[in-house]
Amino acid sequence: MADCARKGRTRDSMDKSITLPPDEIFRNLENAKRFAIDIGGSLTKLAYYSTVQHKVAKVRSFDHTAKETEGDPLYEISVQEEITARLHFIKFENTYIETCLDFIKDHLVNTETKVIKATGGGAYKFKELIEKKLRLKVDKEDEMTCLIKGCNFVLRNIPHEAFVYAKHADSEFRFQNTHPDIFPYLLINIGSGVSIVKVESEDKFERIGGSSIGGGTFWGLGALLTKTKRFDELLQLASRGQHSSVDMLVKDIYGGAYSSLGLTGDLIASSFGKSATTDKEFSKEDMAKSLLHMISNDIGQLACLYARLHNLSRVYFGGFFIRGHPVTMHTITYSINFFTKGEVQALFLRHEGYLGAIGAFLKGAEEDNPNQYSWGENYAGSSGLMSVSPDLNPMQRARSGTFDMLEMDRLERQLVNLPLLQDPSSYVPDTVDLTEDALAREYWLSCFEDALDGVVKRAVASQPDLPQAAERAEKFRQKYLHKLQTLRHQPFAYGSLTVRSLLDTREHCLNEFNFPDPYSKVKQKENDVALKYFQKVVMSLEKLSWEQRQFALVKGLLAGNVFDWGAKAISDVLESDPEFGFEEAKRQLQERPWLVDCYNEWLERLKGPPHKCALFFVDNSGIDIILGVFPFVRELLCRGTEVVLASNSGPALNDVTNSELQILTERIAAMDSVIQTALKEDKLTLVQSGSSSPCLDLSRLDKALATVVLERHTDLVVIEGMGRAIHTNYYAMLNCESLKLAVIKNSWLAERLGGKIFSVVFKYEVPFKSQELKQ
Amino acid sequence: MDKGKCALEPKSAAVHYANGLQNGFCSPQRSSGSSGGSAAAGPSVAGLGCSSPGSSCSCSGSSGGGGHGCFESLHHHVLQEQQHNGSPAKRSRLRRRTESVRKNRPPFPWFGMDIGGTLVKLVYFEPKDTPAEEEQEEVENLKSIRKYLTSNVAYGNTGVRDVHLELKELSICGRRGSLHFIRFPTQAMHSFIQMGRDKNFSSLHTTLCATGGGAYKFEEDFRTMADLQLLKLDELDCLIQGLLYVDSVGFNGHPECYFFENPSDPESCVKWPCCLDNPFPMLLVNIGSGVSILAVYSKDDYKRVTGTSLGGGTFLGLCCLLTGCETFEEALEMAAKGDSTNVDKLVKDIYGGDYERFGLQGSAVASSFGHMMSKEKRDSISKEDLARATLVTITNNIGSIARMCAVNEKIDRVVFVGNFLRINTISTKLLAYAMDFWSKGQLKALFLEHEGYFGAVGAFLELLKSSDDPRDDP
Repeated sequence: MADCARKGRTRDSMDKSITLPPDEIFRNLENAKRFAIDIGGSLTKLAYYSTVQHKVAKVRSFDHTAKETEGDPLYEISVQEEITARLHFIKFENTYIETCLDFIKDHLVNTETKVIKATGGGAYKFKELIEKKLRLKVDKEDEMTCLIKGCNFVLRNIPHEAFVYAKHADSEFRFQNTHPDIFPYLLINIGSGVSIVKVESEDKFERIGGSSIGGGTFWGLGALLTKTKRFDELLQLASRGQHSSVDMLVKDIYGGAYSSLGLTGDLIASSFGKSATTDKEFSKEDMAKSLLHMISNDIGQLACLYARLHNLSRVYFGGFFIRGHPVTMHTITYSINFFTKGEVQALFLRHEGYLGAIGAFLKGAEEDNPNQYSWGENYAGSSGLMSVSPDLNPMQRARSGTFDMLEMDRLERQLVNLPLLQDPSSYVPDTVDLTEDALAREYWLSCFEDALDGVVKRAVASQPDLPQAAERAEKFRQKYLHKLQTLRHQPFAYGSLTVRSLLDTREHCLNEFNFPDPYSKVKQKENDVALKYFQKVVMSLEKLSWEQRQFALVKGLLAGNVFDWGAKAISDVLESDPEFGFEEAKRQLQERPWLVDCYNEWLERLKGPPHKCALFFVDNSGIDIILGVFPFVRELLCRGTEVVLASNSGPALNDVTNSELQILTERIAAMDSVIQTALKEDKLTLVQSGSSSPCLDLSRLDKALATVVLERHTDLVVIEGMGRAIHTNYYAMLNCESLKLAVIKNSWLAERLGGKIFSVVFKYEVPFKSQELKQ
Repeated sequence: MDKGKCALEPKSAAVHYANGLQNGFCSPQRSSGSSGGSAAAGPSVAGLGCSSPGSSCSCSGSSGGGGHGCFESLHHHVLQEQQHNGSPAKRSRLRRRTESVRKNRPPFPWFGMDIGGTLVKLVYFEPKDTPAEEEQEEVENLKSIRKYLTSNVAYGNTGVRDVHLELKELSICGRRGSLHFIRFPTQAMHSFIQMGRDKNFSSLHTTLCATGGGAYKFEEDFRTMADLQLLKLDELDCLIQGLLYVDSVGFNGHPECYFFENPSDPESCVKWPCCLDNPFPMLLVNIGSGVSILAVYSKDDYKRVTGTSLGGGTFLGLCCLLTGCETFEEALEMAAKGDSTNVDKLVKDIYGGDYERFGLQGSAVASSFGHMMSKEKRDSISKEDLARATLVTITNNIGSIARMCAVNEKIDRVVFVGNFLRINTISTKLLAYAMDFWSKGQLKALFLEHEGYFGAVGAFLELLKSSDDPRDDP
């Protein structure tokens, strides 16, 4: 088992003279440049920028002026090398710093790098060592500036970065939607002391206050009181203690509650108020607990006073006092709730420990304009949030001593909200939060595990000519399996666990082992076959009456959507019976009334004036896009509705990509005058979504798409497929008409929704009409 | 005219301070009977109080005049008092009424008690104008209580009478006498109740007015052990009434209130007395075992803004654990000899100097007890340093919270009371410094001589009020 191997290695690596596995830690050092280091009291965080060369599948249309020969594929697929930018962040204990610096020196090829940005209290202490080992000039950056820069960066680029901690809830971590506008916020950094910083914009922040009672007070005073040296040990002591034997509670003074002030009897009236006596011994645990309460409450109170004074409701906590410790997150949360009566929530950050390193890195990389791009967390290369409670996850203890990683990929496109979202700040893409729904989590984790063999097989098959495909596919299997196992223990590792995150993690892992597009050949074949039927399908539709045709178009869309390699039930059928046809699919569909059936309303709407512009998020290649979507789009165009087809920027499963769709559209245009004219007159536009996921996050879409949507006065959004309309966006509220349609190709999910496999969801929503009804 | 004598009874005191329209505190306006210190303080304090534009102290605020010197303001003040107490005819009417309610005054002895988490504060009124015939009538155990309390300065092992705080020549409910201030640990409460039983206190038919949490906690014990019924009073009400009363009667001819001049400069930082003529609004920070912070807008309009559990109890509790000391006095004595910078990590310990980016001075404490993270430093630290660091940590924290509350409540005067400040000039000066420094001179820290006794005085006033109701008889 990969798992065991990992654990074994980890244990060995506790030794100072560790050998670092280069393919796992400090990856891509050969292309690394722009180093930054943040050395804290016990942990070092190293950041660098590298370029990653990986394979991408490219499609290229053949020159169609030449006479076509029967049997030639539609387009050419080639695997090319592409270079993308990646940020690497590695966290390790200070004891390994020398080993790590040696390792970096040995693997560093790029000699252009002259400077390393440094921050954190230890930067000064290790300055000489770093300069000697790496021959880089250490350039110190202000700690707080780095912290804020890092904080802005993760808040902007990592969805589900912030969470609320709830100790006794089903899921300890409740991840927050990132508000489209992250400013203003308050950052309470609890290091040895406390700094309270108000952040108003990227460059504008101010230390509005602070306190000397912080982590150092807990540690220093705790060590004096309990003779316990280590910070974590003190926390462990505290988690076992009873503060009421040391603290004077309201009930100790009043005999009960002080009800006229609404002070409950259990409230602490005086911290350590009972220890003013020499006749009694107090246990270490109790004193540590009392101290923890005292400090957490005090910080919470100050945070509230500052939040109130500056009228801020978003308050993030960080610093070594907080860093992943459930005990301190709990006491701080409790304190904030108490002092603000729930008005302000204490927010914590998944990558809190990296903020300084990220910020220092960004300071050094300003000429690369990292803030101009959008970045995405690479699930394959990132360790994820570790669970904190040792009993919850026995694996964690062994790992906490070694290496933790965060990798972020630079996305080609800048991502923004879909301008049509009704309330961007409350938009949650995912329909089910598997972090909270244990039953669903269990099902989907098993489901993805079961499907893994098939994915591995397909990956190998997609690269018959490339070396070590089988070996790489096996590595992929191990990696993804390990991720799934981690997620079983720590569903919160990468933010809220969702079907989307499981799918995305799989895509990231496939890419990691150079399987950029395992479905490329399947897609090519499907597209090829489907194109041959296009004209026939259009012709048969033309023969129908208007009303019959509308229904046939919707049925065609749905039948097309049955073809989906993403769902296991379908991939089984498709593997065993490739002739499973379009007509067959139609027969499989549920009869009306559908599971969700708004067809009548949709038909009524079609009798009215045409839509101005429809934005269509497409799903699969082949029959789906060609025989389902295009005839439907054609009808919209004939009605006078402009159409924007949004497809994935990068490959995911058998979803049609933007580059594939361009070729397909050209080919269809060559056969069909309606499509041709529409293209020519700019009534039909192809845009890329900015995503490489089988699901859809409407808050992270290509900026160009958002621009087109606004320019064209889009008044209808069509979202097709399970991934985009069921797993995500099922509850998304738009401020224009929307059509969400999908065939449920997973019996478990169908059952959950109260239907059977191949149940149909046809959800047509009109925002304004529903408001009129209410009135 | 002595203001102390002016306040014939609580009622008139109330009239006095309710009518003081001036905002802010004023310099002491009496010259007679002042000690050298306070006499010298007069003019300079007046200068500070009345001419500083940022201060709301100006006595002229209500009268419209500007730039009163000390003596003008004294005249003005006296004039106002006369106006409010009415014409001579009215005043004699008032006196007659006072006579008429005399029979309604409560039976002796007069006590007020504040039972806190750590200390019990007891005020006792000793009548000194008892006519001979009445003294003869006086029951034996009443006499013995009076003798016991007034002839001793210590009671048992732990009870103490703060002789220096005694308020002399008070005229209360038509009786003249002294108010005595006594304290003992709450732990000794049961012995106290026992004594009440032994002295057959219940036979005196007095009402025992008590406030503080202990009034609730020990109510049952008073009843069952000593057959005494407590009149339980809210501690914050008592605190405010007591404070306003003591301030209005003054401290034996001196002002009750004081502040520190030049709080930011330890060399020239001096304690100056002052008057809390119109105290409203004020932020009242009561530092007992824990801390309560109140915003007081008038004598009966106030709210508890917040509180913190890091108070006097925390200082003593931590000191006991860290140094093995046993008493507050011992802890303070050690603190006075210690140096907190051996314990605390300063900004300069981290940044080598000032943290300029954020305008933090190198000498500011970055992390309380921060040096104690290192084992070597833990092993070499002295108890005195630890005591000092504990005191400084707790005090600064209170200062910081109080300052934030003052800003949030838009109040620029912060009055610190409570027994944590008793014999604790390190803390009072530190608080004065913190208010001044961090607010850039916007906030003023004020202190009161009877720091921890106001709750007990408030309870005592309630006793008088309880039998004073028929005052509106025509």
